[in-house]
Amino acid sequence: MVPELKSLLVISRQPPSALAAREALDLALAAAAFGVPVSMLFMDAGVLQLLPGQESALIQQKPLAANLQALPMFGVEDVYVCHHSLAERGLQPGRFLLTAKAVDSAEIASLLDHHDQVVTL
Amino acid sequence: MKFAIALLAGPQDPAARSALKFAEAVLAGGHQISRLFFYRDAVHLASTLGVQPQDECDLAQRWRAFIQDNQLDAVVCIAAALRRGVLNEAEADRWERPVANTGEPWALSGLGQWVDALQTADRAVTFGT
Repeated sequence: MVPELKSLLVISRQPPSALAAREALDLALAAAAFGVPVSMLFMDAGVLQLLPGQESALIQQKPLAANLQALPMFGVEDVYVCHHSLAERGLQPGRFLLTAKAVDSAEIASLLDHHDQVVTL
Repeated sequence: MKFAIALLAGPQDPAARSALKFAEAVLAGGHQISRLFFYRDAVHLASTLGVQPQDECDLAQRWRAFIQDNQLDAVVCIAAALRRGVLNEAEADRWERPVANTGEPWALSGLGQWVDALQTADRAVTFGT
């Protein structure tokens, strides 16, 4: 019998202009490609990655949108966004590049508890 | 206990030193390190070209000696390394660059190696941001 895979929570905290934002997505997609149960949590400046209408070409960068929208296709269905980080920036949940569930601090604590491994990028 | 240790920060970040001290303590405590994974700016530790003032600690050299002395599996993310100009002979040839600056004991490989390490370790610890 195949041993059960350990679940992974990737926490993405960097703004879309940072290479780290892409590197966090890369890890989530790589893990999902191996069949690992992956969830993603966007918090702090990482929530800005989810906003539509970004013109990354103006700063000579590739858009993150394609990588973000690949998450559900790779089986990363559980995408969360920190409610507090949104509120700090005056943002409302919804109208994001992909469906993300807004979570409060108690729910984030529960996410940390329910995943076998947590990586913050 | 089997530990997987990932380092994200470069040689100038205190996390690079903390991670080394932690790794040394893991082995000193009788545990194993199943894999070291170097991501983001930590790939610079695999470069042999850094030159430190003689009276300062050469952290890249310390890491290299630690890995060699203990025959550890040390994987450097290939995508992160290529972006930052850390190339072994094969990659320098492939991309037609004039010099290679890394090699044994470091292995350039993909993020899948970290995913694998996260699955097989009893404890996975990440240093740096």
